[in-house]
Amino acid sequence: MAPPADARLQLQTVRLTALYGRRAVVKDVSILFPKHTVTALIGPSGCGKTTFVRCLNRMHELSEGGWITGKVLLDGQDVYDPSIDAVQLRRRIGMVFQRPTPFPTMSIYDNVAAGLRVNGRRPRAELDSAVEGALRQAALWDEVKDRLRQSALALSGGQQQRLCVARALAPEPEVLLLDEPTASLDPAGTQHIEELCHELKTRYTIVIVTHNLQQAARISDYTAFFYLGDLVELGRTEELFTKPTKEQTEAYITGRFG
Amino acid sequence: MNGRRLRRRVVSGTMTALVAVLSFVAVLALVLILGHLVAKGASSLDWNFFVKNPLPAGQSGGGVANAIVGTLIIVGFAALIGLPIGIGTGLYLAEYGSGRVGWIVRFVADVLNGTPSIVVGIFAWTWLVKPMGHFSALAGSVGLAVLMVPMLARTTEEMVRLVPHSLREAALALGYPRWRTSLRVIARTALAGIVTGCLVGIARVAGETAPLLFTALGNLNFSTSILQPMQTLSLQIYVYATGPFDEWHRLAWAAALVLMGLVLLLSLAARWAIRQHHGAAR
Repeated sequence: MAPPADARLQLQTVRLTALYGRRAVVKDVSILFPKHTVTALIGPSGCGKTTFVRCLNRMHELSEGGWITGKVLLDGQDVYDPSIDAVQLRRRIGMVFQRPTPFPTMSIYDNVAAGLRVNGRRPRAELDSAVEGALRQAALWDEVKDRLRQSALALSGGQQQRLCVARALAPEPEVLLLDEPTASLDPAGTQHIEELCHELKTRYTIVIVTHNLQQAARISDYTAFFYLGDLVELGRTEELFTKPTKEQTEAYITGRFG
Repeated sequence: MNGRRLRRRVVSGTMTALVAVLSFVAVLALVLILGHLVAKGASSLDWNFFVKNPLPAGQSGGGVANAIVGTLIIVGFAALIGLPIGIGTGLYLAEYGSGRVGWIVRFVADVLNGTPSIVVGIFAWTWLVKPMGHFSALAGSVGLAVLMVPMLARTTEEMVRLVPHSLREAALALGYPRWRTSLRVIARTALAGIVTGCLVGIARVAGETAPLLFTALGNLNFSTSILQPMQTLSLQIYVYATGPFDEWHRLAWAAALVLMGLVLLLSLAARWAIRQHHGAAR
């Protein structure tokens, strides 16, 4: 495939439809995620935004009856091409879930190293510095540097979520998918994650699903509004929030439904 | 209004008392058995009981060293055969067992779980003792392993299913292949439960007698060859308890106490092991 015209383009969906069996929950969605930007996906519950991000790293196909039509292009290559190994792909696209999911049997260190170790053995020193780097990027290093061997469950909810961010960052993915990462956090934890998004976008392309409109407005460059599986509107965040072009978008962001 | 509240209180109080009494009865049975064993058996326990072999009928003294060692060997081999198969089957059922094959395996395991142990013994006799031409400890171990497998498979499956789905997704999203997710994340998280299940399984077969009657047979002498007949505590208890001598009855009580003690030790060891494992990460 020819290289994309825009060199900054990294991730793109082309007429993506996601289905469970015969029921389409994401319909014909085309979005372009420019490199090193934050794109927020907003919309009421059940509008398909979580399913949509799960298509990007091919997690959707693991759900019972999950399949797609259309394309997801990463650096111009269709990630659903038969030559692409989904397991390898997921090492290039990191993901953080709604609830913190640290591996309960592993230490803090082992949690962060997990994604590196699965990629093959590497020297101890290299692993050490990668773990430290990831924890620093996730703004967790200072809080855990003296207890890396402790169980990850000893951390608070907010710390666990940043640990999950560190775990996703350690294998140095190109894209970071955040599926309502602050839904189960208190305001302080939320603020931490939001600040992270700002810093991380200099190195990663970020797609964040959020229920919190203020959050979308605060941290994203682009916002996509989903409703009932359709992409209603996509635009620069400040424009979408100040002068939405669609009536549905305006109704949603002014709190008249959803 | 007041009448209804009173009625609720009475019903609640009655039910609470009822379940308390029922739990007391359940615990009472265990306490009675243990107490009886200690009362009848403890006096016969001395050093000789553990290090000496049985003496011919009529002579007093002697011990059950051969039966203790035999129990450990036979149950050990049974575990060696049964644990990998049982745990593997359980993992398969939990991770890949949603289709037709899983349904069949689960059904067979449930049927096997309900099979009387003496029937398993007959099969071990038909398939191993008869072709080999003689009784052997190995045939006993295989019989016990067959009893263990369905138990382990079902408890392992239950334990693995208790691991939250979100952990599986987290591992897969991190680029874990499916098999590695199953082993490194799911099985490890369920480990404490699986170990407990194994322990219960081992403890259960350690006390089995029926499948050993016509496989391991029993042996008056000390033997460590798994291709020869071998004594176990349960067989020894059976022989002594059904024998005509008071001295034998006394030894049967003592042997029963030792068997209970072994099972108890086993569970304590496993609990300790689980704590160590979890403590390591802490």
